[in-house]
Amino acid sequence: MILYLGRRLLGVAGILLAICAITFTIFYLLPNDPAAAACGKTCSPERLADVKAAMGLDKPVWDQFAAYLTGIFAGRDYGTGPSAVHCGFPCLGYSYEYGLPVWDLLTDRLPVSISLALGAAVLWLLLGLGAGVTSALRKGGFTDRTLMVLSVGAASLPVYFTSIMLIWGVVRTAGLLPYPSYHAFTDGPLDWASNLLLPWTALALLYAAMYARQSRTSMIETMAEPYIRTARAKGLPARTVTVKHGLRSAATPILTIFGMDLGGLLAGAVITESIFGLPGVGRLFYDGLARSDQPVILGVTLLAAFFIVAANLLVDLLYAAVDPRVRY
Amino acid sequence: MSTTTEPPVVAEAAAAGPAKAAGRGPWRLVLDQLWARGSARFGLITVGVLLLAAALAGPLSALGGWTPEEFDKRAVDAYLGGMPRGDFGGISTRHWLGVEPITGRDLFARVLHGGQVSLLIAFTATAVVVVTGTLAGVAAGYFGGRTDAVLSRLMDLTMSFPSLIFMIAMMSVAKDVNRILLITLVIGLFTWPGIARVVRGQTLSLKHREYVEAARVGGARSWRILTREILPNVSGPVIAYTTLLIPGMIATEAALSYLGVGVRPPTPSWGQMIAESIVHYETDPTYFLIPTAFLFLAVLAFTLLGDALRDILDPRGARS
Repeated sequence: MILYLGRRLLGVAGILLAICAITFTIFYLLPNDPAAAACGKTCSPERLADVKAAMGLDKPVWDQFAAYLTGIFAGRDYGTGPSAVHCGFPCLGYSYEYGLPVWDLLTDRLPVSISLALGAAVLWLLLGLGAGVTSALRKGGFTDRTLMVLSVGAASLPVYFTSIMLIWGVVRTAGLLPYPSYHAFTDGPLDWASNLLLPWTALALLYAAMYARQSRTSMIETMAEPYIRTARAKGLPARTVTVKHGLRSAATPILTIFGMDLGGLLAGAVITESIFGLPGVGRLFYDGLARSDQPVILGVTLLAAFFIVAANLLVDLLYAAVDPRVRY
Repeated sequence: MSTTTEPPVVAEAAAAGPAKAAGRGPWRLVLDQLWARGSARFGLITVGVLLLAAALAGPLSALGGWTPEEFDKRAVDAYLGGMPRGDFGGISTRHWLGVEPITGRDLFARVLHGGQVSLLIAFTATAVVVVTGTLAGVAAGYFGGRTDAVLSRLMDLTMSFPSLIFMIAMMSVAKDVNRILLITLVIGLFTWPGIARVVRGQTLSLKHREYVEAARVGGARSWRILTREILPNVSGPVIAYTTLLIPGMIATEAALSYLGVGVRPPTPSWGQMIAESIVHYETDPTYFLIPTAFLFLAVLAFTLLGDALRDILDPRGARS
């Protein structure tokens, strides 16, 4: 187990390093000049050179990359002498747009994205697994067909359409909920939940549909296994057979997708956040794009990669808990 | 819809009557099975109609009398902020699906041309993914060893990329390039590992079958074994998986264009039309609903078709 974990952590570090290198190369080799953008329109060549030096852009790409990596683990200084700016661990650079450390921007926005992702995940797991298991138990029946038609339909709807329809129906027409704006969980859980309910629903509908289809297939396959028949034959109640014997083993493939989906969402749902005007990481990223704010783009990409890799690792470790056949 | 209880294609066809099934190629059998399912039939017809409409976008919109970039100031009311004249977004005999607010561009022509762009991107991106994925998967599965190790690491790496965020970033930094080509390649770059894994798994289980061993003993070279023995036998799952890839591609293109980093105006695509119409959703719902409906139908139809094909061609499931 320890050995496995060590090997996996090494792999994770390698993948993150590779992603960092690739992202860095792509964004820093492209014909954008952030120094010129930061310096403004009336910029003398001397001033431009100063700005470049302060941002560390006058050095070769390789040195810039090394400086970036050192910054992440040990912090770094921009410029020299009295005008130097220190950027402490973990330094992801300074945003060109906001003039703030990228790390601070990210940690500022992260609670919004995490609230959105986790809430939506709970909702879609409940909806998706519920529909999938119900369908599987009533295979071929009316309930099954209705649920599957609904889920294929819901999966085909673009998230911006469901979001707009939810805003239109629930907020504009019925006036049941306020137009979503973010309230911190610590300020009042009720405000937090009622404001996030619509974005949660919009995201959850999309994912729940996929989970319903996946869990139905998985559940049907599992319920046809001989050990399910054994469990029934020895007189276990139907609920125990379904949940403890069926669902537990059927959940393994679902866990894999769940890790990827949740990992991908934690660092921001770009479309959902922009439609509902939530100030999350996805929104930060989207705004950063419009202004070629490369440190922000790079920072968000790295954070997103980190979440995906971490979620995958976590899922692999969870396998052992869900499925007793899995041993490391 | 079930995957386990149904007998495979051939057995079912034989049960239906050997005389009837005789003399029919395997593809004809698949088509018959598709037709027998209501949802697949709906998918097949819708896909056919949409493809035809997209392919004939030029002539069809000429039939309506408008090109996608032609302004019609008479169809919009300047005193009402450029809202279309008439009910339902200005649907009339002049403009079959109404017009865009402010410019008065014909929605029928735009949604057909937009479909052409959206489907073209989806199909070429799928082709890129299928070719790359199959080659990588077959190579990894068949040659094993170091090839497998390198390719599998590459798949892991690609799958750890935050793909949507990365696609958006790549699309937004590249300035003066062919957008359609770029979007195709960028989508392709991040989607190939899925199919490569499926093919790799299939190849691994195929390469020690007797008929492959027999071919090897008979002196066939790797190339011949791969093209004659392995590839034909992975084609079933590949086709099913491919059909299920297409709706994802359509949705991804729409998302990128919706975010403003995909196809650039004036070239229409469904996602971009939705992005433009979303601010009008309350004042001119027809304008918002028409591209959304086309996008929805396309994704739905390909999903239904893909589901059915997977049940028929890949009953035990090479996925997972």
